[in-house]
Amino acid sequence: MSNIILKASNVNKQYRLGVIGTGTINNDLKRWWFKIRGKEDPFLMVGETNDRSTKSNSDYVWALRNINFEVNQGEVLGIIGKNGAGKSTLLKILSRVTIPTTGEIKTKGRIASLLEVGTGFHPEMTGRENIYLNGAILGMTKSEIKQKEEEIIDFSGCERFIDTPVKRYSSGMRVRLAFAVAAHLEPDILVIDEVLAVGDAEFQKKAIGKMQDISKGQGRTVLFVSHNMAAVKSLCTRAIVLENGKVAFDGGVENAIKFYLEGANTISVKSEFKDRKGTGLIKVKDIEVFGKNPNSKPQTGDPFTMRFNLENREEINFRDMKFDLRIDDNFGQRISWLSTSLVEKKSHSISSGISFCMDSLQLNNGIYYVTTYIEANNEVSDWIENAFSFEVDKGDYYGTGYFVSNGQSKALLNFKIKN
Amino acid sequence: MITHNEDDWLYTISSKRKLVDFNFKEIWQFRDLLFLFVKRDIITLYKQTMLGPLWYIIQPLFTSVIFTLIFNKLGNINTGIVPAFLFNLAGISAWNYFKDCLTGTSSTFTKNQSIFGKVYFPRVIMPMSITISNLLKFGIQILIFFGFYVYYILIGKDIHMNLHAFLFPVYVIMMALLGLGLGMIISSFTTKYRDLTVLVGFGVQLLMYVSAVPYPMSEARLKFPPLVATLVEYNPLTQIIEGFRYMLLNTGIFSWSGFTYTLILSIVIFLIGLVIFNRTEKQFIDTV
Repeated sequence: MSNIILKASNVNKQYRLGVIGTGTINNDLKRWWFKIRGKEDPFLMVGETNDRSTKSNSDYVWALRNINFEVNQGEVLGIIGKNGAGKSTLLKILSRVTIPTTGEIKTKGRIASLLEVGTGFHPEMTGRENIYLNGAILGMTKSEIKQKEEEIIDFSGCERFIDTPVKRYSSGMRVRLAFAVAAHLEPDILVIDEVLAVGDAEFQKKAIGKMQDISKGQGRTVLFVSHNMAAVKSLCTRAIVLENGKVAFDGGVENAIKFYLEGANTISVKSEFKDRKGTGLIKVKDIEVFGKNPNSKPQTGDPFTMRFNLENREEINFRDMKFDLRIDDNFGQRISWLSTSLVEKKSHSISSGISFCMDSLQLNNGIYYVTTYIEANNEVSDWIENAFSFEVDKGDYYGTGYFVSNGQSKALLNFKIKN
Repeated sequence: MITHNEDDWLYTISSKRKLVDFNFKEIWQFRDLLFLFVKRDIITLYKQTMLGPLWYIIQPLFTSVIFTLIFNKLGNINTGIVPAFLFNLAGISAWNYFKDCLTGTSSTFTKNQSIFGKVYFPRVIMPMSITISNLLKFGIQILIFFGFYVYYILIGKDIHMNLHAFLFPVYVIMMALLGLGLGMIISSFTTKYRDLTVLVGFGVQLLMYVSAVPYPMSEARLKFPPLVATLVEYNPLTQIIEGFRYMLLNTGIFSWSGFTYTLILSIVIFLIGLVIFNRTEKQFIDTV
């Protein structure tokens, strides 16, 4: 029997663009004047969908538009979408940090949110004191915390420092302690925003394990927002994809991720990366990553292409430049380095861009992060740390029907058996 | 616990709001948080200082000395049979409590936006905790005041309390309500318009001088222009400070009508503050 615990109906959220300043009081007065005459808010009619990269004609923008969904008790719902798709806004409304402009969300359970770990930690107080404070901020009572104190300290692995002020902690320890508190919350509905992207590899593993425990073992309802598709896949049963403030897809997690990634094959670098270094003589314009054909997802053993469209105003010749790709796994471990300096250098124009192609992708399934590095005339031209990431689906690399788990093998090597 | 009735929602998140929609049950559920905030304020205020809580005492003592020198010695303000120093100390202790509540709560939204932006709890817990933790400071200052009180009695000064001393808790509550109420109003407006932050900075300083802190009401009536004197008299803070000194030092003017006026005004300001604060808390994070 389905048992709805949370229901969002027609949720809209409008934000004002630009600086809040002299215009604000003017619009506020106008709003109030419409309101006392019993008319609808004039500013609710304006506003456009939220597309980050286009220029806007209106001062108002819809961060969320007509969001409708229901969550059943015990369900683990993933919320995925690109930066600025409205994920965080939705979470903010769910966790009652702000209210929707119109529409409503109804709930039957207590919601606790984990939009950030360590909210309200006071640097001058000891770890133990902060456990109590942080727990209470997240909605626990003192006796609840007291009951779980030992468990929390144990989970955090900070026992030695528990009576030391938190300001002396390393940032990793702080995060561990904070996550430990949060993981021991017992609300009816838990809202989590990407907090897994913290701590070292060992702790991440522990954190994901704990999340699985919370959702599967204890049957709690969880709303989980993340860019880590592997984590979404392993935790969630269902997912919704947000695009420009609208629900673009709602369904099974596998299909949702497929929907999201297919839409996300082309990555526009233009607006997303501000911290690029270099002279900019040659720059990456956008990137496409695909498998067998331009619409399919990369899969182990399939042909694989990373296509870079370049901005090359000075018409630098291929011979005078160097293009490196550094590929890391999701633990930040360098997996591979590809470079144009490894291939024969011919003199030809590269005005449209270059592709790195493989006949048979040797990376096992998982998420990979790529740093792009371009040198032109022996000077750094465009260097983008973690420019983009792509996910590889597991594939039958050896053609035997046997899938090698990525815990066993990050990369699949060619080999022969000889007697 | 979770019920299975289709219409039995625990709460609704929407933009519709009533004028007064205060969830006292929820505040009660978060009472532990209130006490933990109070504890945090108290134990962290003077961490890594050498004198620690002694600062609570030094500040009013020095201010009283300076006031005595300037207003009573230089300015010839007459405090009657009560030693000028003790007169000033009483006024300053009371004033400090109000001032700390006001300035502390008036920046609730702007100072806590990082917490408020991430997690929900009844926002009013924050200003309430400030008001309560300031009580400790007030308590210490009052103890010091009584220390000097006893000293002056021992050296033969003719000072004594009067029967109105039983109103002491009511006066403390009035100060708290006024400081909290005004602070909540100011903090609500500063989420959009920062102008008030500037005003609070120097406004509180000036307010002290029209609240009869360094002088008795009788002197104000005698020496101020009539309009200013009336203004000072109808200032609820004057009533509080004056009444506070009246019950402890048996000096100054007390009237039940003035007392009732101040009590009602404090409650009204507190309630207005609560309503405005409540309306602001739901959406301030978008404008702060």
